[in-house]
Amino acid sequence: MSLHPPAPAWTYWANFLTLCVLTVVTWFTACQDLGVMSTPIALGIAVIKAGLVVLFFMHVWESTPLTKLVIFASLFILTVLLTFLFTDYMTRNYDVLPPVPAVSSRV
Amino acid sequence: MSTMLDVKTGSGAVGASVGHDSKVNYLNHVNTAASWFLTLDHKRIALLYLVVTSFMFVLGGAYAGVIRAELITPKGDFVSSDFYNKSFTAHGVIMVFFVLIPAIPSVIGNFCLPLMLGAKDVAFPRINLISWYVYMAGASFTLFALISGGVDSGWTFYTPLSTTYLNSNVMATATGLFILGFASILTGLNFIVTIHRMRSPGLTWFRLPLFVWAIYATSVIQLLGTPVIAITLALVGVERALGVGIFDPRLGGDPILYQHLFWFYSHPAVYIMILPALGVTNELISTFSRKPVFGYTMIAGSSIAIAVFSFIVWAHHMFTSGLSPYAAMFFSLLTFSVAIPSGIKVFSWLATLFQGSISFDSPMLFAYSFIGLFTIGGMTGLFLSTLGTDIHMHDTYFVVAHFHYVMVGGTIVGYLGALHFWWPKMFGRMYAEFPAKISAILVFVGFNLTFFPQFLLGYMGMPRRYHEYPAEFQVLNLFSTAGALVLGVGYIMPIFYLTWAAFFGKKASSNPWGATTLDWTHTESPPSPHNFESTPVVTADPYDYRVIQKEGALVAH
Amino acid sequence: MSLTEKHAPTKGHDDASHGHDHDLAHHFDNVEQQHDAGNLGMWMFLTTEVLFFGGLFAAYTIYRYKFEKVFEQASNILDPLLGGVNTIVLIFSSVTMAFAVRSAQQGKSKAIVAWLAATIVFGSMFLGIKYFEWKHDATLHVFPTSDFNWTWAREKHAEHEHHESHEPEMRGLVFNSPKVPQSYIDKDSKNPEAKQARLFFFLYFMMTSLHAAHMVIGFGIMAVIMIYAWNGFYSANYYVPVESVGLYWHFVDLVWIFLYPLLYLLGAHLSAGH
Repeated sequence: MSLHPPAPAWTYWANFLTLCVLTVVTWFTACQDLGVMSTPIALGIAVIKAGLVVLFFMHVWESTPLTKLVIFASLFILTVLLTFLFTDYMTRNYDVLPPVPAVSSRV
Repeated sequence: MSTMLDVKTGSGAVGASVGHDSKVNYLNHVNTAASWFLTLDHKRIALLYLVVTSFMFVLGGAYAGVIRAELITPKGDFVSSDFYNKSFTAHGVIMVFFVLIPAIPSVIGNFCLPLMLGAKDVAFPRINLISWYVYMAGASFTLFALISGGVDSGWTFYTPLSTTYLNSNVMATATGLFILGFASILTGLNFIVTIHRMRSPGLTWFRLPLFVWAIYATSVIQLLGTPVIAITLALVGVERALGVGIFDPRLGGDPILYQHLFWFYSHPAVYIMILPALGVTNELISTFSRKPVFGYTMIAGSSIAIAVFSFIVWAHHMFTSGLSPYAAMFFSLLTFSVAIPSGIKVFSWLATLFQGSISFDSPMLFAYSFIGLFTIGGMTGLFLSTLGTDIHMHDTYFVVAHFHYVMVGGTIVGYLGALHFWWPKMFGRMYAEFPAKISAILVFVGFNLTFFPQFLLGYMGMPRRYHEYPAEFQVLNLFSTAGALVLGVGYIMPIFYLTWAAFFGKKASSNPWGATTLDWTHTESPPSPHNFESTPVVTADPYDYRVIQKEGALVAH
Repeated sequence: MSLTEKHAPTKGHDDASHGHDHDLAHHFDNVEQQHDAGNLGMWMFLTTEVLFFGGLFAAYTIYRYKFEKVFEQASNILDPLLGGVNTIVLIFSSVTMAFAVRSAQQGKSKAIVAWLAATIVFGSMFLGIKYFEWKHDATLHVFPTSDFNWTWAREKHAEHEHHESHEPEMRGLVFNSPKVPQSYIDKDSKNPEAKQARLFFFLYFMMTSLHAAHMVIGFGIMAVIMIYAWNGFYSANYYVPVESVGLYWHFVDLVWIFLYPLLYLLGAHLSAGH
């Protein structure tokens, strides 16, 4: 009696092949100069690869809703960390100093 | 939480009901050193934690004594400024990390959680024991750092002071805290899995005691927040060792990034400290007013809400640090939201007390203190979350008073109340009620005398972490130090009468308070090693007092 | 990862005939509960790892935002092809690990050992390639210590790319880098971008070191699991430690899947066209 029936072996190899292809794709696209799109594309491919690993190698595809909630919670908090940090760093504008008063107040 | 079959005298459903010496319980069934230091029994691990956290509390209190003694006079004449800095750092580090964060979860939570769930133990008993040893390892490093010269950065280790300019034991302390973080993580992990997977049949989520909801929310925060402080301390260590410049402006780094990462954990950490105390108060208020807690669902939901909101407000500690003003406004607004669930709890307790059958047993005195002190602490938090007023009050004694109201008036008072409440369950013996009442009153009076003047001092501008101050502040400082003496007496007393009671107190029944949760109704005092003879089946809501009659503190045998 | 109480090894017998007792710890009611609890516990631990690495990703994100141009140039010094090969090696080790878990689900103890051994082999290959990468980095003086020199690194990297390098090949396994002349040190001290580049390399080495440390710890845990598996400790009824180390290893792979584009590919387009 097995607690979870194992997935067929070919699924693992299919995932591996896909991951290899995606690795080559991401390397290739990174070598092109895509301007602002390079980061979203690279991260997008990484997310797809990560998704394959999580869903199939880590069996999340057939796991309980609780496992999925745990993953969601950790990613949510990580997202909070990254985005809320940006509320500070993107709005600092410290390179622009206030104008210096014309009349010196020095005695 | 009783099954419908257990209409009884409240003396327990399992065989002969008294904590009798001849009856096998978790304390007396085996008593070698190995049986304690290699125990897998969550109840014994709870007692191991009790001993070490009590020791750390006394040590942290001693450092507080140094602070208050220095502040009797405006001049810095009691200790050197260096030693003063080391004292408030030690006080903060010890109290925050070694007392407040582990106290209720690792002592009361460890003891009571499986009992409240009808489980034989936590999900991972070995990991439970390991967490205690990790705590001891972290404590050893930190104590070593304190003994071998101390650290004077403040418990917040702000950079670049801690990474570049200090000559004190930053590395050893950071290492100790890094190690200690794992104890917190392992405990939280254990509790979450236990609550999800080891509830007894019929114990649905909305039949759980509210203490369990609070522990659950606490554990979630521990799990998600502690790793960030771990990596932050690691970065401080690497920066100090290699001088890489991640937090050093001379090398392109940003010191405020350290503060962001530090407070990303340390703000949720304060909710780790308060949530269990809020949970304890639920149990106390309900038991000692013989009424179900008003608004069960709202209180359960507010615990989860506090856990979630705690992660989105951290930069309110950084309003004056050089944060972007737009980010400051954003965080200020969000911080108001986190007060709402706390307020829901306080109003629910008041509604619980209303038309309840209220008593004034010593645990309840602590609960009353908690409501008052936590409310004051929470409301003064709103002063500080308001951006405009915080600019003036940041780094003053107003902040010090605020957090002591919530952490001491909240967590420590809640912890004391919990200890008194569950002491007869833990040891099968009742403590003496009269000194307990005196202690509760002394703590309340001493606490207010110590910390209320500090609101005034901070409002008038006295900075924190200074060992000298302008002479006009002396009177209030004297009140504060006098209060600290009273508070100290209030703290020392339980060490004596509770310890005495554990060995020599009058025998207690299995449910002297007439509580309704599984830990009271289905276990002995003290519980047997495996908690329950058979797995209890739950069919009723918690806090159903109709079937429990209150029994006196002593049992007629 | 929990090592539940030691029971007598079942030596690969069909466990249904022996009943639950050998595989079930005393505080659990049935094997499903035990398995679910162990699995959930491991996922909880991985959550902490997400946030642990997450702190470093946050630092990386902020400094990349602040110093984008220099970070691209610094990243260009790393070799994306070698990094890509390493990525595939690590993914392959993840596949062998997945098969180890699959064998555990089928109750095949010896197969567990074989697949775990393969995982260690390929994981070691990853670390070996890393080692040679770092050796090359040492000659370029990009370790973020006081030895760091951005002027030197850029010059030598450009020479290396154009195959104009006049430096003798650094042979052997020892990290050996020539001393940086004073003129380079002076140029660096006048160049604020040098500090920014040093930050990139600090993040690079910190993140990959932490990742490598996790791999080494993983090897240790795998070795222990292999010993238990060899002795028939696991069965189709109880294999949660194998599954847990599998989850851990896949997580290590996941971190690398993000580290590769963020660290290696950031500046890859700068070399394109050579």
